[in-house]
Amino acid sequence: MNRISAWRRLRVTVASLSVVLGAVAIAVPSSASSSSGPSFTYQPSHAGGTLKLLASTAGGTLDPQVNYTLQYWQLYQATYDGLLAFRKVGGAASFDVVPDLATAMPTITNGGKTYTFTLRKGVKFSNGQTVTVKDVQASLQRLFKVSNPNAGTWYNQIVGATACLAKPATCTLAGGVVVNPATNKVVINLTSPDPEFVDQLAVPFGSILPASAPAKDAGTTPIPGTGAYAFSSYNPNRQLTLVRNKYFKVWSAAAQPQGYPNEIDMIFGNTVESEVTQVENGQANWVFDPLPSDRLSELSTKYASQLHVNPLTAVWYLPMNTNLAPFNNYMAREALNYAIDKNAAVRLFGGSKLAQPVCTILPPGFPGHVNYCDYNKGMGSTYNGPDLAKAKALVKKSGTAGMSVAIVVTNDSVNEAVGQYVQSVLNSIGYKATLKPLSANIQFNYIQNTKNKVQISLSQWYQDYPAASDFLKVLLSCQGFHPGSDNSINIAGYCNKAIDAKMAKAETLSISDPNGANKIWGQIDQQIMGTAAPWVPLFTPKQIDFVSSKTGNYQFSRQFYMYVDQLWVK
Amino acid sequence: MAGLVVLMFVVAICLLAPVYAHSVAHVNPFSSNLQGTTMINGKRVQVLQSNTQGLGFGVTPIGPTWNLQHYFLGADNQGRDVFARLLYGGRNSLLIGSASALLCCLVAAILGIAAGYFGGPIDWVLSRIFDIVWAFPIYLLAISLSVVLLTTGLNVGPLHVGPGSLLLPIFIIAAVFVPYVARPLRGIVLSLRQREFIQAAVGSGASDLRILWKEILPNVAPSIIVFFPLMVAFDMLTESALSFLSIGVQPPAASWGTIINDGLGLLYTRPWVALAPGIMIVITAVSLNILGDGARDAFDPKAKLRGSI
Repeated sequence: MNRISAWRRLRVTVASLSVVLGAVAIAVPSSASSSSGPSFTYQPSHAGGTLKLLASTAGGTLDPQVNYTLQYWQLYQATYDGLLAFRKVGGAASFDVVPDLATAMPTITNGGKTYTFTLRKGVKFSNGQTVTVKDVQASLQRLFKVSNPNAGTWYNQIVGATACLAKPATCTLAGGVVVNPATNKVVINLTSPDPEFVDQLAVPFGSILPASAPAKDAGTTPIPGTGAYAFSSYNPNRQLTLVRNKYFKVWSAAAQPQGYPNEIDMIFGNTVESEVTQVENGQANWVFDPLPSDRLSELSTKYASQLHVNPLTAVWYLPMNTNLAPFNNYMAREALNYAIDKNAAVRLFGGSKLAQPVCTILPPGFPGHVNYCDYNKGMGSTYNGPDLAKAKALVKKSGTAGMSVAIVVTNDSVNEAVGQYVQSVLNSIGYKATLKPLSANIQFNYIQNTKNKVQISLSQWYQDYPAASDFLKVLLSCQGFHPGSDNSINIAGYCNKAIDAKMAKAETLSISDPNGANKIWGQIDQQIMGTAAPWVPLFTPKQIDFVSSKTGNYQFSRQFYMYVDQLWVK
Repeated sequence: MAGLVVLMFVVAICLLAPVYAHSVAHVNPFSSNLQGTTMINGKRVQVLQSNTQGLGFGVTPIGPTWNLQHYFLGADNQGRDVFARLLYGGRNSLLIGSASALLCCLVAAILGIAAGYFGGPIDWVLSRIFDIVWAFPIYLLAISLSVVLLTTGLNVGPLHVGPGSLLLPIFIIAAVFVPYVARPLRGIVLSLRQREFIQAAVGSGASDLRILWKEILPNVAPSIIVFFPLMVAFDMLTESALSFLSIGVQPPAASWGTIINDGLGLLYTRPWVALAPGIMIVITAVSLNILGDGARDAFDPKAKLRGSI
């Protein structure tokens, strides 16, 4: 998922791996995680008030099966539920998958290919309608009808998905999703075992929506959900408002706890500088946007107690279009990898205490990550700085010198500053670079669509769940590349069948040998960067949340970051 | 006179930008310098300084050193010398302002005189075109044209102007202001057309071209001269506005508008980045206004044309 346009993705947990491991061995109900265990304790005395969140721009469509932004995924935690959910607590336990609208974790049979759920009874959507198994079936079909960004990479393993991908409008997932209204059972059949399937059902794409939800992107029209809050209005130029869902009753605090504010407003249109000032003055509660680097000194000295810093498994990177000049030339991509000073990019983000330079696709500490650095001054496994002379020589040798290159970035201060730096570097190694800042509202989809002929862009990827495939398969496999589509998450357009086969091998191995699989993922990472270099990985950031002095109960999920609905308005 | 002196001073120091950048400050104002260093009080310091207080987050560019050799007005968030960019930015702002004003006055003079002199269908067509352009709020029209042309560039027949070219803002700004000059000129010519000396020239069999060149133009020229400095000021302000909105001069090139935009993110820590170009715009616009008033008093003391920014 990227952050500014704020997309993010989340993948496999150790818990989910054990689910499938158990399932493959013997058909048993999964007990990897359940709703028992840690959860938030509701304190009614802190309920009430209006929480005011600030974002410079809206995050695009409000449709939870289409939107892929951190900005709204944070809000979806309080508004939508899937059959499963990530546990809503702080710390490492937030990676656990727990039953949500399902009464328990699925029973997995048929060698890991059949998942059987029982739907909870009596849960209602925010429009008063009761959730039924028909809604579950329709929601899974809808993933294909609305061209979900990951329909082709995550949900394509459901039986019938091939036909749905070919003809989304008539998608039935015949044989893939079988429901029984009498028993409230939902059976999902996969074409092959997938250790990450439970995680994929637990992210917002797996939200259960009314069967009557439109079979197209709902855009600015809110779709009823089952969470503690419901979207009541959305004007992308002004404000997004959430109010309490009057039909909501807590069925599992671990999956969907009660929230505290009576109303949550996300207000758009302010500059980040103004947002920071408002939070300093207590006029608003939280800033979504990356904090401007010139305010960080002030914040870290005067408002240190209101800053919350958390490490992330994420990467800021420059995807280069491998199908478009000059970056359809490997030497040109190599050159930029040598030329970019990652430490300089770190400085633009706020300094070495807030980010670390990276050379790999998989961030440090992530499953499969191996320390290496191919494009570096000198040799070594750590980053030592740029090699401009080598970069210039490569550009000259590639025959691409003098070409025009446009860099597409979002128009917030940090992204634009990094974009200007990249522009300067491109000019210094022999290109004629221009900068194209776009609103965060549109940039992420714009850079994905091959029709826009984007040569290079600045993007971010925040794990959907901690599995190497979430970076490598999603972002750099042929399955993630859809020419002409706004949802072509493989922005670099890198497609290598041999690498794809190796990814498939790693995925299969992850069922029986996660460590062995991670070694293969590490090799894939090195192989992609070493032989193709479709990205320039820049740095892995930390998350900084700045809340006002009138805001309490900050809770951070490693999965979905700050829990908006758990904040207290003092 | 005071206006002219100040204007000439601003023009002179802006023209010296390359001398300052290369021979005095020894900086490249168009290249990021995020890891660069400079000397302050005999000590070598980083141009972008890491915060060492509190939690230690943040990197801040150095502020004004008031030393011409070392970041006189400090650095921007890319570590570039603000003073050097200010001078280069002035070159672009003044170039765009004066070139677009010249183009605007030239086109407006041709169209305004043609409409006023020939009248009839020519006047009707040209006047309706002026009306249509005039109907749009001027900044809205300039912004719309800039957004479109910045993406595709300008390609009309053999004319190809790239998206990053300075010619784009020149053409756009000139185009949107044409009716503002052409309309009053048309009125002046309409009035002149009825005067005895023009009727006499027509009666004596003089050609239209001769009448336009020998009789009309000399009488319209003072008004054009009065308009010119005012239009330079108008156009320079428009350019600054467009560049501030990132749809005028494109980075890494600078104009006073782009520098204000760069400084917007540094207002709290390094206000001089935004203040300095703002002050330069005010000084230049006021001096052009005074110059325009002086020109009007000199060439056309009874003129009804009054303009100021």
